[in-house]
Amino acid sequence: MKQFPEEIRAPARLDNLYPLLGFVTSCAKRHGAGQERVHEIELVVEELLVNIFNYAYPDSMGNVAIVCRPDDPGRILIEIADDGIPFNILTRDEPDLDSGIEERSVGGLGIFFVRQLVQEIRYRREGGRNILTLTVDLAPQSS
Amino acid sequence: MEIATRKEGGAMVVSVTGRIDAVTAPEFEKGLSALIAGGDMVLLLNLNDLEYISSAGLRSILSTAKQLKANGGKLLFCGLKGPVKDVFKISGFGSIFKIFETEEEALRQG
Repeated sequence: MKQFPEEIRAPARLDNLYPLLGFVTSCAKRHGAGQERVHEIELVVEELLVNIFNYAYPDSMGNVAIVCRPDDPGRILIEIADDGIPFNILTRDEPDLDSGIEERSVGGLGIFFVRQLVQEIRYRREGGRNILTLTVDLAPQSS
Repeated sequence: MEIATRKEGGAMVVSVTGRIDAVTAPEFEKGLSALIAGGDMVLLLNLNDLEYISSAGLRSILSTAKQLKANGGKLLFCGLKGPVKDVFKISGFGSIFKIFETEEEALRQG
């Protein structure tokens, strides 16, 4: 049986977004996620990666690493790690979903998507790294 | 991502194909800003062939909507489906914008 890579590592820059997302979507597909769920997982990972690209390395360049592996039946674990400054995206405020066009800001919407679309997200700072661990059901979340 | 535009009555119909994500959102926003700068006040975004949108795309849409509103214009939507429809729903964008099933409906009622 063909062995697929379980980990990808790349400089934390926007021009690496597609290869990093491709790694995660092919992992999700391989473990049985349908097209709709693959899109949701892609959205979650994009939001988290863009946040790392923007904030993890304010004064330097660094890498981001993603591990994707099976968990309980019907679930995968996705771990996203960087060596940047300590930053816990889970402490971001919830967006205001009810305000109109003029007052509306899109800050915090990315992390809101993440919370809506994965079963669990945990943050830890360990050995100088920010590590986000996502527990992801392979069945779609939105109705 | 590709943007195709077509004048239809008083509206500019903007059909977007592909993805609006962190990579393509700046180009998308620039395209819409150019239309507004050129005097188009009613933009109808047909998202029937849009496969994917992330919060970067929503940010561009919101900023375009604010720009239009400040000039007395408006932004309408049609053709939402699949993941794009879900993202509009989850984000609450479905309730702050005028969304129609088809272009015809949007042009008639918008």
